[in-house]
Amino acid sequence: METIIFYILVAIIILFAVASVTSRKILRAVIYLLFVLIGIAGLYFLVDYNFLAAIQLTVYGGGIIVLFIFAVLLIHHVELELEKTALKKKLIAGALSAAGLAVTLWAISTYPFPVTDTYTSIEVADIGLLLLSYEDGGFILPFEVISVLLVAVMIGAIVIAKGKKLTENN
Amino acid sequence: MIAGISIYDILTLTSILFFIGVYGFFTRENLITVLMSVELILNASAVNFVLINTYLYPDLLQGAVFSIFIIALAAAETALAIAIIINLYKLIYSVEVKDTETMKY
Repeated sequence: METIIFYILVAIIILFAVASVTSRKILRAVIYLLFVLIGIAGLYFLVDYNFLAAIQLTVYGGGIIVLFIFAVLLIHHVELELEKTALKKKLIAGALSAAGLAVTLWAISTYPFPVTDTYTSIEVADIGLLLLSYEDGGFILPFEVISVLLVAVMIGAIVIAKGKKLTENN
Repeated sequence: MIAGISIYDILTLTSILFFIGVYGFFTRENLITVLMSVELILNASAVNFVLINTYLYPDLLQGAVFSIFIIALAAAETALAIAIIINLYKLIYSVEVKDTETMKY
């Protein structure tokens, strides 16, 4: 059963990822990206990381996609089609990506991963304790740095997005 | 861990997702769609952290924590990049990659 669900999720993720990078209607590309992100949240649910799946759905599916849609609606007409990419560029990019994928897959398939058979489910409380622990291997410092970073980004985004028009400067 | 699925299947999936993102990054000519390709790449690496944690070290949590950090950084990066893109549109009325020369000054 889990195998079938996994392969359905794989099909959804890869199909919509390809559609997302090739679609010429930009708003549709954003919505395809949303489906990819939801598929990845499904993958997290499948391995019982419910907390991460919830974060993925709220931050990515809720926040980032809405940001993208706002940006698209502020900048483009909804029906605007993107320029066609030159075939030569597509071929070069496709060949480079395929070569990179081949090298990566070869490296993965030859590496013997020491997979364990034990399984422990992960509690949200454990993640919270690890994030706030200041003992060896605790993550309190990165956690605080991330919060400072988020404040800096918030202020920076407001300041940058307010900007002045070029014509006023000249 | 997912019953019946080996770690190789999952790493293959995330590699494919990563290189679809790389392909989009190379071919797209609009700043917003380039940013979307970067999101695909970041997501593929976040999934890798979580699943390698689950398959190889099920009693540790570091992979999940790194994944949370990646998601937070991706959100921050997207917010800032979209602010820059909107400001750029106000400046030069275009968000095509080939038109973005004013950022150099």
